[in-house]
Amino acid sequence: MTAFEIVQWFVYLLASMLFVRGLHDMNAPKTAVKGNHVSIVGMVIAVIMAFVGFFYDSESGSFGQDINWTALVVVLVCVVVGAFLGARLALRTKSTDYPQLVSLFNTVGGGAAALVALNDIMGASDSEVSLVLLITAGLGVIIGSVTFSGSLVAAGKLQRILSGKPAKIPFKTFLTIVNILAIIASFVMLCVQPGCRTMWALVALALSFVYGLLFVFPIGGADMPVVISVLNACTGTAVAMSGLALDNVALIVAGALVGASGMTLSVLMAKAMNRKLSAVLLGGFGGDNEAAAAGDGPEGTMKETTADDVAVQLKYAQRVIFVPGFGLAQAQAQRDLADLGKLLEDKGVEVQYAIHPVAGRMPGHMNVLLAEANVPYEELVDRDDINPQFPQADVALVVGANDVTNPAARKPGTPVSGMPILDVDKAKRVVVIKRGRGTGYAGIQNELYFMDNTQMLFGDAKKELEEITAALKELGD
Amino acid sequence: MNTIVVSITLFILALMIGIEVIGKVPATLHTPMMSGGNSIHGIVLVGVIIVAAHAETPLALVLVGLAALLGTINVVGGYVVTEKMLEMFKPKKAVSEKSDADAEAEK
Repeated sequence: MTAFEIVQWFVYLLASMLFVRGLHDMNAPKTAVKGNHVSIVGMVIAVIMAFVGFFYDSESGSFGQDINWTALVVVLVCVVVGAFLGARLALRTKSTDYPQLVSLFNTVGGGAAALVALNDIMGASDSEVSLVLLITAGLGVIIGSVTFSGSLVAAGKLQRILSGKPAKIPFKTFLTIVNILAIIASFVMLCVQPGCRTMWALVALALSFVYGLLFVFPIGGADMPVVISVLNACTGTAVAMSGLALDNVALIVAGALVGASGMTLSVLMAKAMNRKLSAVLLGGFGGDNEAAAAGDGPEGTMKETTADDVAVQLKYAQRVIFVPGFGLAQAQAQRDLADLGKLLEDKGVEVQYAIHPVAGRMPGHMNVLLAEANVPYEELVDRDDINPQFPQADVALVVGANDVTNPAARKPGTPVSGMPILDVDKAKRVVVIKRGRGTGYAGIQNELYFMDNTQMLFGDAKKELEEITAALKELGD
Repeated sequence: MNTIVVSITLFILALMIGIEVIGKVPATLHTPMMSGGNSIHGIVLVGVIIVAAHAETPLALVLVGLAALLGTINVVGGYVVTEKMLEMFKPKKAVSEKSDADAEAEK
């Protein structure tokens, strides 16, 4: 190693340390912003170092010789355009659409990782090609390509460009097995036939792309957060593989960090839904259960109510628990709910928000939306802490949440059985604001809606909340 | 010692660190966390720049350019969106001032 290479190694190590530190600081709300900044500093340092390295010729050990100016200009132009596009996308997207945006950024990251690995295979001269390079870069191509197509489908499903329903692919299991075997075969050929490495790498790339589609299409929209998290981990692993091929410490450490974080997060998310990660990834939530569930729905009638009536109930309540769900996010009504909460507090009503871990589209998504609407952090209460408090609540106001409130989860034999739920039905009175009479992701009716102490307010969450707030103001003190 | 052995050691130790560091994050911060991890794997941009040094053929230049474009979108977009998510967790006063300013700017 020359002196410059040693310096370079330690600069990359410093960047890696900043990534670890940054991730660690994201543990707590107080330090999270700082954590992100630390991580940004690491990234800037690493990228600057990479550009400096561009001017270094490792063969002669000196600067400024044989510089590939064309490539430098191409890269710089693409970096500037990419930075502009990325920032524009991030700044223009509404907070309710962040999940699909994260998925989209994961798509391009996976694509870049696959291309880097592909380039490494194609660009290496015959004398430079080693088995290690072929294995690591080959894995980079395969994993990167799977994440590229998989994340794209996930983003499409969340954006509703593609149907959120689990797609039924004929002979899915058979096709998947054939596909996986073909990927393995192309990978083995890549390793044993280095002479044809470009061709085999491209074959592996194409087959993996198809696998990404086969993998994500059969999974329902409700499980997309878990899928995105898994794919995020895959991109990290692909980047780490590229790092192994290039022998670059920053890529290895950062990639492995993200790989481990994505997997940990996926397991946590699957656990919150009381589903095994393997069951989610094999796909078909709701698909098998729909037929069984249709027959034995709860009997009875739903009682409808009006915004004025709800306003009266809220005004004379002592404790109110809001239960926000995906419908709230979809209607962009988080600010309206926060306004209502604040108004009630001004009138001396105690207000809390019950946050189910998988409410919204990602763990913590609901917290982000409500925090954006300036709801005090202390009022957002996790499932385990809020459940014992429902019996003391005078009114539980459910806004666009469905499956996470279904008492059927406590009984065996339903698609939601065993899923941890919010004990909304134990509140003295329940008001449900809901768009229509349809079912949730699980495809079954919610028993909560048919209970004696439940009233339904059908309509758009934003409109209904505005009406309740207006009615409450009219009531005066 | 073979470099790949050292590299694999680094890889495995970094995995362990990842599990330890991330396992303690409260659910509230999971979405920003995921987004933060998402921007960190944008480090692939460094890989792009490294392979670009040897990109001679037009095809290689196209691939490298495309990779640089995608990688940068990942890095910049990822960090900006994480920052936007985390902005919501700042003390309430700062946030409301900010959103007032935003509202005025929109007008």
